[in-house]
Amino acid sequence: MSSVRGIISRRAAITWILKAAAAGAVAPKLAFGDSRGVPIVYSRGYGLDPDLRKNYTPGELWPLILSQEQRVAATALCDEIMPADNGFPPASAVGVVDFVDEWISAPYEAQRSDRALILRGLKWIDKESTRRFGMPFSEAGASGKAEICDAICSVSRASAGLEEAAKFFSRYRDLVAGAYYSSPAGFKDLGYVGNIPQASFDGPPEDVLRKAGLL
Amino acid sequence: MPLVSPKTTRDRYDVVVVGSGAAGGQAAYTLTLGGARVLMLEAGRDYSPETETPMFNTPNQAPLLATGTSDKPFGFFDATVGGGWSIEGEPYTNAKPAPAPDEDFRWWRSRMLGGKTNHWGRLSFRNGPYDFKPRTRDGLGFDWPISYEDVAPYYDKVEMLIGVYGSAEGLENTPDSPEGCLLPPPKPRVTEILARKHARKLGIPIVAAHRAVLTQRLDSSRLPALLHPGNSFAQSIVRQSMESRAACFWATDCGRGCSIRANYQSTTVHLPPAMASGNLDLLTNVMVREVELGPGDRARGIIYIDKLTGVEHRASARVVVLAASSCETVRLLLNSKTSRFPSGMANSSGLVGRRIIDTVGCSVTGQIPSLEGLPPHNEDGAGGSHVYAPWWLYREQLSGKLGFPRGYHIEFGGGRSMPGASTMADSEWLTGGTYGKRFREEARRYYGSFVHFAGRGEMIPNDKCYCELDPSARDKWGIPSLRFHWKFSDHELRQASHMRSTFESLISEMGGRVKAQDRDIRKAMDPGGSVIHEVGGAVMGSDPRTSVTNSWGQSWDVQNVFLADGSTFVSNADKNPTLTIMALAWRASDRIAAEMSRGNL
Repeated sequence: MSSVRGIISRRAAITWILKAAAAGAVAPKLAFGDSRGVPIVYSRGYGLDPDLRKNYTPGELWPLILSQEQRVAATALCDEIMPADNGFPPASAVGVVDFVDEWISAPYEAQRSDRALILRGLKWIDKESTRRFGMPFSEAGASGKAEICDAICSVSRASAGLEEAAKFFSRYRDLVAGAYYSSPAGFKDLGYVGNIPQASFDGPPEDVLRKAGLL
Repeated sequence: MPLVSPKTTRDRYDVVVVGSGAAGGQAAYTLTLGGARVLMLEAGRDYSPETETPMFNTPNQAPLLATGTSDKPFGFFDATVGGGWSIEGEPYTNAKPAPAPDEDFRWWRSRMLGGKTNHWGRLSFRNGPYDFKPRTRDGLGFDWPISYEDVAPYYDKVEMLIGVYGSAEGLENTPDSPEGCLLPPPKPRVTEILARKHARKLGIPIVAAHRAVLTQRLDSSRLPALLHPGNSFAQSIVRQSMESRAACFWATDCGRGCSIRANYQSTTVHLPPAMASGNLDLLTNVMVREVELGPGDRARGIIYIDKLTGVEHRASARVVVLAASSCETVRLLLNSKTSRFPSGMANSSGLVGRRIIDTVGCSVTGQIPSLEGLPPHNEDGAGGSHVYAPWWLYREQLSGKLGFPRGYHIEFGGGRSMPGASTMADSEWLTGGTYGKRFREEARRYYGSFVHFAGRGEMIPNDKCYCELDPSARDKWGIPSLRFHWKFSDHELRQASHMRSTFESLISEMGGRVKAQDRDIRKAMDPGGSVIHEVGGAVMGSDPRTSVTNSWGQSWDVQNVFLADGSTFVSNADKNPTLTIMALAWRASDRIAAEMSRGNL
């Protein structure tokens, strides 16, 4: 299954105004990295009155900031979180990395903290993989990737020193799941069958009521 | 909509209406179909739901999966195309620089044709008899100068015009509509049926919601004559308008608007017939600055600014109707200062800006195991709730058993709605934190098994909730801004706590798990203004010393100025205010027409 949103030309993106800055001076220092190198985004949002019916693609409204190296780590991690399953494609095949890139590149306040968290997290995961296995996360093999994910997949169970990495994982999983389940494959996987005009609304079918214990 | 420009307006109108939402739309509809020449002014742009609504777009087609941003706080697909919590160049202030959670006030302003009617939940409840006489019942707040019987005929008419689904249940202070007013309600969804079954054990009645959505087409052969007896001109126009509205096709969230005109928006229901009458001139992108006083304590008209050119213009009329939204109407009056009325027009009582009341809101989410793994089926339905629980503890409350004086109703969410950005977000409380195939299995398991209860309760007016002109802040046209003061009283905090414990009991009764939230109720409840039910600020009454208008919304001081929006509300029952705003605007417009024909205006 191909990307549902298409991939923006990175060449188009470089004409946008971006500036990397040393924002680390004011950001809290975290165990798994700091804010140095997290770009400040100067682009504008879509404004109060965008075309609501248009089909937007990542990179169209603001430039994307993930480097090739970061995209490789992001791809490996999203497919670890949502691998191919049950006949449905893995996360990277439905445009999830493009969405994550769009999200962390967005000029809005709500995305600013995610930008720092995700970029630091992607850096951390490669560093951690290199420390453990001598190679970046994407090359760490199934067991290596699982070892790292097992260590950080739960905020409540994360061991000392891995709390921030677990928060990164949790937020990244939220973004990956949101993007995946918003795609046609995601709708199908969950069994969402709406968004089509119908002549009548007949309420839940009998098998639904029976399963819910209501018949 | 066909528009006029400041250069093509007439020299004088019968009525100028400020605002195009529920109140302005209703006033323009009633007045133009009665033959009056009306000029309507809207601060935002022209807007057409027929061509602009993203009916079937999915989150993956929108920026950021259509999640809310500072540009589009209710999500990318929300119908609002102008305005919001903050508008560049149009500030408002809070009297406290860093207000506590229960002292915060947020002001949602819509800047588009149709105003806030474009994105609301379409819940359309009648106030009951108690709601007009709350002080008589429990000694708190104030009584309205009118009773349920005064408004009931207008509730009938508005329901028949806009199309509201619902049922008659014979419940206390929850009026049944007469036969022929309501459309049949849609069947409940499985989550709603399950909640109804378990709520019964707690004594909570769950019944059909009342929402302004056409579950079938309006009866265009029967209704026009009931709405406009003896007025064949109006009947013919309304018949055509009704025939051009389709019934709901059971898809698309109503908050996006509706291109087939199956739900109520001022832009699809009130304005088309007003326009078809030939009696309405519509000006958009104009900011009204003040009501201009003429001789004899009568308004001459209004002064407005063309937002595209910055040039100031005047419009003159026999009658001025303010329908700008409660607080914008207050602001207009306070800014209409003259030597005759130095504290603002219509303000000899000193009450303009006082007694602002919002709705108390508190929500709880639960996950229900018996809803897991249900066979896929389409639950989109009427684009919003099919059921709700009206307030059910009137007697216990009156006898003092509850510890808070006014009620709330319960609204519903959840089920198999369209997946999006928040699907499986923040799910560690259920999964313990997983990934891989197990995470995907968990997602399939939990999808559709959530229930979301939101309480909507009555706030009692208090002296600490009001607005005034800010001494220094002005908008980009130099018009003084509003400054808000806010503090919920213990009545509201206790009511919100009761909402929360009720929802938690209901979720437990359904066999579910409650999602944890901040235990400090002041942080868990919605901040002031955020439910966007703010009303009051220019209350109606029977005594000019203690009210701003009479019971028709007519200013005591300047008798050709009428307030048609929520600003005249004396209390704010748990019933969402829009239906009552429309009923009172129709009633005020009938009064204006009658007084004009008698030569009194």
